[in-house]
Amino acid sequence: MSGTERASALYDIPGPQARRRHLLYGLASTVVILGLAAWILYLLFDTGQFTAVKWRPFLYEGIQELLLEGLGNTLKAFALAAVLSLALGAVLATGRLSEHRPVRWIATLLVEFFRAMPVLVMIFFIFVALKVHPLPALVAGLTLYNGSVLAEVFRTGVHAVPRGQGEAAYALGMRKTQVMTWVLVPQAVRAMLPAIISQLVVALKDTSLGYLITYEEFLHAGKLIASNLDYDLPFIPVVLVISPIYIGMCMLLSWCATWVARRERRDPRTKGVDVAPAAPVTTLPGRE
Amino acid sequence: MDVLTENFSLYGEGFLGTLELTLYASALALVLGFVMAAFRVAPVGSFRVFGTVWVTILRNTPLTLLFFAVMLGLPRFGLVLPFELFAVLALGCYTSAFICEALRSGINTVPVGQGEAARSLGMSFTQSLGAVVLPQAFRSVIPPIGSTLIALAKNSAIAGAFSVTELLGTYKTLSELGYNIIWTFVWIAVGYLIITLSISAVFNVMEKRWGVAR
Repeated sequence: MSGTERASALYDIPGPQARRRHLLYGLASTVVILGLAAWILYLLFDTGQFTAVKWRPFLYEGIQELLLEGLGNTLKAFALAAVLSLALGAVLATGRLSEHRPVRWIATLLVEFFRAMPVLVMIFFIFVALKVHPLPALVAGLTLYNGSVLAEVFRTGVHAVPRGQGEAAYALGMRKTQVMTWVLVPQAVRAMLPAIISQLVVALKDTSLGYLITYEEFLHAGKLIASNLDYDLPFIPVVLVISPIYIGMCMLLSWCATWVARRERRDPRTKGVDVAPAAPVTTLPGRE
Repeated sequence: MDVLTENFSLYGEGFLGTLELTLYASALALVLGFVMAAFRVAPVGSFRVFGTVWVTILRNTPLTLLFFAVMLGLPRFGLVLPFELFAVLALGCYTSAFICEALRSGINTVPVGQGEAARSLGMSFTQSLGAVVLPQAFRSVIPPIGSTLIALAKNSAIAGAFSVTELLGTYKTLSELGYNIIWTFVWIAVGYLIITLSISAVFNVMEKRWGVAR
């Protein structure tokens, strides 16, 4: 098994002839992909997207400040939504793991409802029907949705801890709260940390929904610049500037989740449980 | 209550719009996702790189930004299509990255020995793929694909904000007509619940029939 070739159920590790053939395919497809990229670049030039007048606004301090302010507002909404959804997730997960049936039912109902509802519908409902300001509306919508998903993540984590751990703790005379706080939750959180961070990436991406309710975040700032006639409607330049920043932020956080996953798998403290992969959980609504 | 009965055709139009958007975008996402998954597990390096770049970029792009870029950006290149088509393109491409990852991890759950056994029996690539690897991968990808398609149905609400006829967008007309805004939203919510819960039910049935407990 050499560096680039992985063993897979699909095909054998290639021999010299197959490797030559793959190299040929590789070269041919690289030419096609590069041709495609060149065509897009040509289109950009041809429609005059790289003219000085369209890029000049980014030199102005006022516009730079507008963009930075938008970015700050995006990060503010993200920070608030992240903290609040972690808190709501903990509360809802506690409710779902409760021994009292009514509490369990209410928590289950809330979690399932908010997971089945588009987050944008909640944000619009809070913004339009309850007449809340854009930032609280955005944060509340994101919190309700991500909090419910995180509740499921926490619960899955607690269930992933082997039964023997809880039984041993009960046998030592611990109470339910003690078993939870000292034995189950620490292992569950360690195991689910990659999934939790991946869910925060979803929250970060969804802060851009604030654009649709006129919250003055990053995309909103971009739109203000893009619709300016003085700069010859620099729409494509704006997209070319803001999308690498958005994608970069999300990739950084995703990469963080992957890094944590790798670290936790090596950690002896997660020996008892399987560490979740660095991806948002994908359980269907209405299933255990 | 009378918000629904008096505006049934408006709600129906929005509901069908969301349903259509979900169906077409799902089809596009499944096809594109399958192609990208094939790229990502291909023995040829450049295909793998292309698939990886596609998935990494689209998974980390906010969908609103993608809609913004597609709906308002592509017309600058002289590409003018109906808004519905743009919405299907944006939703389908975005979701294809998640479908691709679900399929790829499904293929990776098939033990290497299965393929080796198939080849040692003299099966060709297509035979071992069609009779051994894909059927086993299919069983373990049902739940993740189901939840991805539910997410797609929910994400289609964003299209409404970009002047596509769909369920969430009906609130504007109704609030202009002076109806109770809370009840307006209750019926919109019911519409979305019907769609997401039916997708969930379909995939639960599939999971019961074909899924495996791993």
